[in-house]
Amino acid sequence: MERETLHSFLRDMLLARAFEERAAEEYSKGNIAGFLHLYPGEEAVAVGVIRAVEPSDYIVSTYREHVHALVRGVPPGQVMAELFGRTDGVCGGMGGSMHLFDRQRRFMGGYAIVGETYPVALGVAYAIAMRELPEAVVCFFGDGAVNQGTFHESLNMAALWRLPVLFVCENNQYQIGTDVHRHSAVTEMHKRAHAYNIPAEKVDGMDVFKVHDAARHALDRIRSGSGPQFIEYTTYRFRGHSMADPGAYRPPVEVRAYQANDPVSAAVKDLEFRYPNAEELAQAGPDNIHRLAERGRSAGHLSEEDVQAIEEEVGKIVEEAVQYALRSPQPAMDDAWKHLYHNRRHEVLI
Amino acid sequence: MAEELLYWQALNRALDAEMAADESVFTLGEDVGLYGGSYRVTEGLYARYGEWRVRDTPISENSFTGLGVGAAMVGMRPVVEIMTVNFALLALDAIINMAAKIPFMSGGQFAMPLVVRMPGGVAKQLAAQHSQRLEHTLMNVPGLRIAVPATPQDAYWQLRQAVASEDPVIVLEHELLYFSKGPVDFAAPAPPMHRAAVRRPGGDVTLVAYSRMAEVALEAAQELAKDNIEAEVIDLRSLSPIDWDTCADSLARTHRLLIVEEDCRFAGAGAEIAATLGERCFFDLDGPVRRVAGLDMPTPFNGDLEAASIPRVADIVAAVRELCLAGARK
Repeated sequence: MERETLHSFLRDMLLARAFEERAAEEYSKGNIAGFLHLYPGEEAVAVGVIRAVEPSDYIVSTYREHVHALVRGVPPGQVMAELFGRTDGVCGGMGGSMHLFDRQRRFMGGYAIVGETYPVALGVAYAIAMRELPEAVVCFFGDGAVNQGTFHESLNMAALWRLPVLFVCENNQYQIGTDVHRHSAVTEMHKRAHAYNIPAEKVDGMDVFKVHDAARHALDRIRSGSGPQFIEYTTYRFRGHSMADPGAYRPPVEVRAYQANDPVSAAVKDLEFRYPNAEELAQAGPDNIHRLAERGRSAGHLSEEDVQAIEEEVGKIVEEAVQYALRSPQPAMDDAWKHLYHNRRHEVLI
Repeated sequence: MAEELLYWQALNRALDAEMAADESVFTLGEDVGLYGGSYRVTEGLYARYGEWRVRDTPISENSFTGLGVGAAMVGMRPVVEIMTVNFALLALDAIINMAAKIPFMSGGQFAMPLVVRMPGGVAKQLAAQHSQRLEHTLMNVPGLRIAVPATPQDAYWQLRQAVASEDPVIVLEHELLYFSKGPVDFAAPAPPMHRAAVRRPGGDVTLVAYSRMAEVALEAAQELAKDNIEAEVIDLRSLSPIDWDTCADSLARTHRLLIVEEDCRFAGAGAEIAATLGERCFFDLDGPVRRVAGLDMPTPFNGDLEAASIPRVADIVAAVRELCLAGARK
């Protein structure tokens, strides 16, 4: 594993964790209102997938999308300011936590009606196919969303017209408070994709490298013209569905078991686990010795202090994001009217 | 130079013109391609533009309308055909939660150059599930524009304007108008998409109507003229926004208002028109605003009952007489 990749995955995941925990804190303070759906536990999916995507690709996400936006490169200050409902939020305070859009970064929105991401992805992909561009769309959704009609409608059309969509199921095993065994007759979501002749696999969503590899290969297949692909990532959210949900329906032992399998600490462990020892270095062939040695040295440099450095760095970023949001003014009603009709900019209305 | 065309032909010509002019325009829906469209609106386009620009879809209204939304977000200009307005109930999430809200929720980052065409209204004994009017539902959604063309000329103009619009436009076509004939002048400059048209001048009463009811109101006005009652007929052409100025100007002269709508009366389009014009023109009015509207019931299958469930010429004539008489007594 490339040291830099590993280093940056870890940074993204730690930033995601710190951002979300801080959002929870700001919610408790009253700086954020409304619904707030947090991502801790699932970071490996957003990071692994979105880091496999090109800048020319598109992301369509759900209402649990702060981290998707951050990994995509939306500045943390703009995301936080949007959660605060302020003018400098990425949508000027008109969207909020569940509706982050960044046109410039091809982040096509957070959608708060379960099952809406499929048709949006379908439409973007249709445009790509019509224009014969080498682009792809990543469509996120949760396990609960596979029971919506749009899932079946859209997978059917995506397969029928071989549209460049990567369907990414974030299976955190809960549809709000109803566990997967109680909401789905088929609990392995990737099997549903087979009904539409879409290649699909199930991948450990707690391992960022496995997540990344699967997404990268799927995107390669999409770009080679194989049509839509489907990956189900098994993951787990450590918090309740939203800040309004204490998550009491989940057995404490289950939560603890998944926390022990925390993707963030797993990545740290992976980092340490992968240090090559002297024997491995010795066993490597002549061509690989240099590379392995190089990697080992780099990894050695990384270790614990480097993790601390990353934690400090992301802590600072999050603090700055909060200060940016706090400084940003509240939008006025005129700002809201301005966004309602595009044509109004060019016409005299009656 | 005007050409005599049927309403569906005018729509077909408008779509053809837009598709020829701009490669980002494409149309999709059930049977729009090989079959040519249930009401022939897309006839010939599949052969001319190919399957990617004239796309036959599965019966999946919410997702193919949502497909239009996604495509519009990346600069395409989709024209979604929903076979009938009744099936649009299955696509309301895409229309209301997505098309109407994305430009706003994104803080104006995304335009929504999406057109959703749908035939509706009471036709000929199609029964309750195929005889609906949904304008009341759609009018209550900020962010949508609603065009309701009543003539082939307006069908041509307004569909072209809808395709050019950066906002989502719902084009409500009427099933009984597809085979009505009228002149279409391709060269004449179009009035704004939302401008109302005074179809007939008159000084005694204002009839405000839209879509097929604009024709019915015109017929009633001709009847009334025999009794020396001169009705001014306003065809709204657009239900969102509504051209209130044209209506108010008329009321300042006639002092009487009758709204004719095919929609059910309760909380229908006419209720909004009555309320707004009542507020705005109260001191111009000689009497209360009146409505002739569809009965508050699902459309009956039986032909006679069906005909009696929506405004007829005689209903309008009777209502106008009563309105004028009441005014005269004052």
